[in-house]
Amino acid sequence: MNGPLKLSLTRRYRFSASHRLHSPNFSEAENQRLYGKCSNPYGHGHNYVLEVTVTGPVDPETGMVANLGELDPFVEREVVEAFDHKYLNKEIPEFGGCVPTTENVCREIYRRLKTFPAARLERVRIEETSKNSFEFAG
Amino acid sequence: MIRVTRKVEFSAAHYYHNPDFSPEENRRVFGKCNNPHGHGHNYVLEVTVAGEPDPATGMVLDLKELKDILQREIVDRMDHRHLNHEVPELAGKIPTCENVAALIWNLLAPKITQGKLDRVRLHESPDLFADCTAESNGTGGRA
Repeated sequence: MNGPLKLSLTRRYRFSASHRLHSPNFSEAENQRLYGKCSNPYGHGHNYVLEVTVTGPVDPETGMVANLGELDPFVEREVVEAFDHKYLNKEIPEFGGCVPTTENVCREIYRRLKTFPAARLERVRIEETSKNSFEFAG
Repeated sequence: MIRVTRKVEFSAAHYYHNPDFSPEENRRVFGKCNNPHGHGHNYVLEVTVAGEPDPATGMVLDLKELKDILQREIVDRMDHRHLNHEVPELAGKIPTCENVAALIWNLLAPKITQGKLDRVRLHESPDLFADCTAESNGTGGRA
């Protein structure tokens, strides 16, 4: 009665970073109205939790969709080292022309992780705070 | 359609070892999970059943019944057990989160008669979980 099964693996990572929501295309008043206190010129920070979901066949030799020995260093290198304890607006070049809302951070992290060679990236989910989360599945 | 999720916990030991690999290869592929003495986790299992609520009861399924199925099929089988040595269904398999989630699916699917098993989510730790869904289930596949 069971058809083929689909397995996915989700791993959680953490990084802390600051950002400021502000668009040069809007007036100061408009930025203030749109982004409120998130537009404070000095920026503010979050302890981000990043959930990375990969999927694919389970390798019969290892029992794994992806080996954490490969996934962890890849995510560390591509995302955590680049984002942790950084000011996203200034230190991540892709946010030079794009407001680092967590929606956009999801898309940028998805782009960086899409090249993981050992399994298919299915989804990136970010908890900006314990109350707000965002996800992008391509 | 409504999805109903029930959570249950069990604690078990395991280790990863493939007898076809050399000792060096086992250590390289499985790292510290290869420790032959085993190690353990507090597993958290979330089982999701999907269906239409029965108009008479307002329920997709009787959660008490699901609780009993989870106790009988999963907790009694795996809690305070060594997955490599004491769960015969895992013989010849590496008891990874993925393989244990797939076994749980296969144990539960035939037992759930009200609604349909939609997703098995097995947390090995707060930072790692595997999802098992039916390949054909377009909605359940998005974890």
